[in-house]
Amino acid sequence: MSVLKVPVSSNDHIQGDEHALVTLVEYGDYECPHCGRAYYIVKALQKHYGPQLRFVFRNFPLTQIHPLAEPAAEAAEFAGTHKRFWEMHDGIYENQDRLSVRILSEMAERLGLTAERLRDALADHEFEPRIGKDFQGGVRSGVNGTPTFFINDVRHDGLYEFKDLVSAIDARMLQLKPDVA
Amino acid sequence: MARILAPGTQAPDFTLNVTPDQKLSLHELQGKPIILAFYPADWSPVCGDQMALYNEILPEFQKYEAELLGISVDGAWCHAAFAKDRHLHFPLLADFEPKGAVAKKYGAYRKEDGFAERALFVIDRNGKIFWSYCSPVAVNPGADGILQALEDLTLQRNNNERVESSSFVK
Repeated sequence: MSVLKVPVSSNDHIQGDEHALVTLVEYGDYECPHCGRAYYIVKALQKHYGPQLRFVFRNFPLTQIHPLAEPAAEAAEFAGTHKRFWEMHDGIYENQDRLSVRILSEMAERLGLTAERLRDALADHEFEPRIGKDFQGGVRSGVNGTPTFFINDVRHDGLYEFKDLVSAIDARMLQLKPDVA
Repeated sequence: MARILAPGTQAPDFTLNVTPDQKLSLHELQGKPIILAFYPADWSPVCGDQMALYNEILPEFQKYEAELLGISVDGAWCHAAFAKDRHLHFPLLADFEPKGAVAKKYGAYRKEDGFAERALFVIDRNGKIFWSYCSPVAVNPGADGILQALEDLTLQRNNNERVESSSFVK
């Protein structure tokens, strides 16, 4: 059984309540089409569970097969320093089929960020160390591809269609609070 | 699931094609830790496929001076195309003729399927198996086990050196 070696902390990008019953951590790659599909599944899960589910996204770019995965991750981190991480994250996945460095700049501008600053950050790989840290923590936790999900620190090994994740999350909730389910 | 060779066993030597016109023998790499990763087939349909993952983690393996070898029953031409497509920076060995012979030696051949298990071996500098793991064939085993084994191997080596140097003092 693979477990999350790096606990969720304030350094993470987190959506949802700290006291949520279940925390879903995704290690994802912005150019990976499977992650692109999983993006919509996570949205549906968040809607389904509401405040009972907390979601955390960590970077796991497979740079050798996805040349835009790293710049996209860096752009999202750049937006994150301006408290706009999730808008950028969502924008990237929603435009995954036409992703380019230009699109990343355009999205930054639309969020009121300076495209030039983003260009500099990309050129200097300003956010590479942070992304590398996510990646290494993922490797140590048994991330074996993208997307990899952890449900309350335990790696989810099954399929990740909506119904598969719901049954895994429900099972976890039932263990924690038998009276809720 | 096949019964793979256990830690403590001497790793069986082999010579296999690493490109259509080049061969590689296990003993050529002796003196370095070796990661031997058997896998079912090239061209698995997911992005996070095992070899692509190891390709990304290569710098971590290199910190331990370890050499990574991928090995499947695919032919050398197939491996060449796969490695080029995925930008792989480590050798893929063709356990092609007789098919799966090396996988069989390591107890990592799935006779019913005609391909190798997802079996991992970390071999120490003296050619002995230090750690091995066989994952269910549908589950990509990731790299955490390999990294832990490399770390333990380094720790053991440092301890041995310490014991040796302290005995010199006496």
